Amino acid sequence: MSIADARSLERNEAQMIAAILTGDRELYHRLIQPYELRVYRMALSFVKDETEAEDVAQEAFLMAFRNLANFRGESKFGTWLISITLNEARRRLRRRSAVRMESLDDSLEEGGKVSPALLRDWREIPSEALERREVRALLQKAIEGLSPIYREVLVLRDIEELSIEETSGMLAISISSVKVRLHRARIMLQKELAPKLKLASPKKRRWLSWY
Amino acid sequence: MVLECKHVWNYISEFLDDSLPRETKELVQKHLENCEICSAILDSTRNILILTADDRVFELPAGYGERLHARLAREIHSANRRPENPTRD
Repeated sequence: MSIADARSLERNEAQMIAAILTGDRELYHRLIQPYELRVYRMALSFVKDETEAEDVAQEAFLMAFRNLANFRGESKFGTWLISITLNEARRRLRRRSAVRMESLDDSLEEGGKVSPALLRDWREIPSEALERREVRALLQKAIEGLSPIYREVLVLRDIEELSIEETSGMLAISISSVKVRLHRARIMLQKELAPKLKLASPKKRRWLSWY
Repeated sequence: MVLECKHVWNYISEFLDDSLPRETKELVQKHLENCEICSAILDSTRNILILTADDRVFELPAGYGERLHARLAREIHSANRRPENPTRD
């Protein structure tokens, strides 16, 4: 999206929100349409179960509707929605871990070194590879496999494309914590995925030489 | 100053975000020119992050949109019926 497009989207959103608040509530369907995938994806990367992720997403959209009057426009509407989704997903995880008598804090340590997978060369994997279910599943599993503190930073920064500052504000952690966790999360993903994706990526040339 | 590989690994994330101080960035760049392992690590990390951010990784379940909007429609309907919230029409 260009900057001009983003600005006009924000302006349209502000107008739609004002109209919804004065009674044209049907507009809410249109307001949230661009965010359906983002909110679901955010939820799924936390609760890891499709049905529950859908519940979280629905709940987040409902909460945003009920609290729309509290949206002050200080952040973007999308960012506000994402923070509502994050809180709802965290609330459910807390409830789930209380039931299971385990703590989310088990994996909260930030010490220790993470090192990347060592490779001698890297053959670029084009995004067309994502047409394959197997490749998508590898990526999903790797993201879901990160500990919560790393996963939330990675999802907000690298998938939702929030800035370091926005991520820090949303998670209520310092900028330097965001940077440290983001670094670790990225290296952990590389370590987990680079060897697997290398194996999963077909070497076209070898196949073509058969013909 | 010459950087060792393991030092370069500590800078990968900030290098990708282009948020390293200029001098450090230049040292890292110099190292990358001569080190195929660190270059491969950087390229693979960048590549993996691009794939991760792709909309296709997490797909919406079939019927998600219909179910969501049906639930919202019920919510909107009941909000419209509340006397303290008159609708525009």
